Amino acid sequence: MLKKILENKKLLSDIILIGVLLIVSLSVFLIWYLSGTDGSFAVVTVDGKRVGEYSLAIDGVYYINDGTNVLAIEDGKAYMKEASCPGYQDCVETGKISRVGETIVCLPNKVVVEIVGEGDELIQ
Amino acid sequence: MSNNKKQLDTKRLVTLSALIAVAMILSYIESMIPAFVAVPGVKVGLSNIATVFALYALGWPYAIIVSVIRVLLSALLFGNAVSLIYSLSGAALALLSMILLKKLDKLSSVGISVVGGVCHNIGQVIAACLVMETAAISFYIIPLTISGTIAGIVIGLVAGNLVERVKKYI
Repeated sequence: MLKKILENKKLLSDIILIGVLLIVSLSVFLIWYLSGTDGSFAVVTVDGKRVGEYSLAIDGVYYINDGTNVLAIEDGKAYMKEASCPGYQDCVETGKISRVGETIVCLPNKVVVEIVGEGDELIQ
Repeated sequence: MSNNKKQLDTKRLVTLSALIAVAMILSYIESMIPAFVAVPGVKVGLSNIATVFALYALGWPYAIIVSVIRVLLSALLFGNAVSLIYSLSGAALALLSMILLKKLDKLSSVGISVVGGVCHNIGQVIAACLVMETAAISFYIIPLTISGTIAGIVIGLVAGNLVERVKKYI
């Protein structure tokens, strides 16, 4: 009997834990999703250094990091067209991004593509 | 569980080896599941069944052994040096949090595995931020927390059930 109550206590704390985690992360995600705005530039970072900014308004294909990654911009959206890494390619699978704060990450080549808005500072 | 300091007897050695083998197979199966969400890092973490099982059925030192050897071997077989950094940091944070929470004894295997899943993802994102030298990817923690929680529930239920059924034979 006592064991059952103790188990129920654990069940209760399990449910509270899961509930808090899901509610907090879902609401942060929803707020981010609903407040998102379309970006203007795709900023490319390799190994922590900015290597380029490309306007989302201009369609184009860009070779990044000596060609390990190929970034394409089409209809105001950026996506990773090709990557050199073997096997599963997260960056290519990420698909198209266009909202401020969205990123494409290539972990093996240390390439990050981030969408920024009009007002965000650009460094040449 | 109390004979950790004693010599590793044959039965434990065999159980441990079998668990590592199971973890490897689960890793392999997992590597064949195509990604169903376009967020890197979203995984079921099937091999965590072996880790959580080891934590409950054999004790925390065994959970560390199973997890670390599984990570090293699967990086060797299915991954690369970079993926090893992420897996190791994820596994380390997950193990640490699960072991501490198990000692506190406030959660069931489901709750502990949820914390493990979420911490695994947090560890990976922190490692990724450090390796890439950018905070731009820290936002991934949010979708990964959602997926880690759901995966943790599944893993915790499976592992908890397994422990109930198999423990008397170990």
